[in-house]
Amino acid sequence: MIPLSDYLIVGAILFGLSLAGIIINRKNVIILLMCIELMLLAVNTNFIAFSHYLGDNLGEIFVFFILTVAAAEAAIGLAILMVLYRNRQTINVEDLDSLKG
Amino acid sequence: MDLLVEQIIFFAFAGMTVLAGAVVVAVRNPVHSVLALVVAFVASAGLWLLLEAEFLALVLIFVYVGAVMTLFLFVVMMLNIRELPSREGFVRFLPLALFALAAIVAMMVFVIGPQHFGLAQYAIPAHHGADYSNIRELGLVLYTHDVYPFELAAVLLLIAIIAAISLSFRGRRVGTRSQVPSAQIAVKSADRIRIIKMASEPKVKR
Repeated sequence: MIPLSDYLIVGAILFGLSLAGIIINRKNVIILLMCIELMLLAVNTNFIAFSHYLGDNLGEIFVFFILTVAAAEAAIGLAILMVLYRNRQTINVEDLDSLKG
Repeated sequence: MDLLVEQIIFFAFAGMTVLAGAVVVAVRNPVHSVLALVVAFVASAGLWLLLEAEFLALVLIFVYVGAVMTLFLFVVMMLNIRELPSREGFVRFLPLALFALAAIVAMMVFVIGPQHFGLAQYAIPAHHGADYSNIRELGLVLYTHDVYPFELAAVLLLIAIIAAISLSFRGRRVGTRSQVPSAQIAVKSADRIRIIKMASEPKVKR
């Protein structure tokens, strides 16, 4: 007998952890990308929990599309990271300041 | 399923997920971080199985652990970052991060806690029988009601392939042997075979 709120709390803790990770690891782009993946995982867990408890599989369809978009995002993000490292020899966010704004 | 067993499974997977998530953000070495993220994905696939979303749980393992995390690991190792980015901000931002974590979790638990989403409000749905197929249920919706988003997702993946390849492709280098498809298509039979006219030889008597 696991209530819906338990799943939602797990999702909330994961979301909070990944937000804290984005705050403390603001130097390393790879860890930032990984924190975003963790955040998406938390959101997906919420979707699936609601989908199960409400008896409507539209939530699972939504998760399907989120997984697709997240895979595309990770592939392009890592490709950009590769090009960035090839050109600048660094992935430190603080050194990537050529775009003055 | 036995209720106590179900609870033990839930708390094991939930604890593993949260612990691995904490390791992802806290460790210094990015490789360890990627491996912890793999553990987090596998543990939450277990949670999704408990929620009877079998297809998505397996997709999470195949696509995320098998492809995306491998890509992350590959990139982390290929970049070969000798000096890790300094973590001078780690101590400075730690109080802010802990505050954000506490605030988010407290706020969410206040909103989505057991008093609003407990068993009294959302009863446990009936378990599906052994002949229930999650893939069939998803496919029935995905290929009828959501067929246009499905095809758009396919186009999106194609765009992602083209973008990732064209971003990381450095151009053909001199000296490498590679196919030139246009030359292969443009070739004529006369370029490949030469037909020589020659006089027939007299038959040899045995």
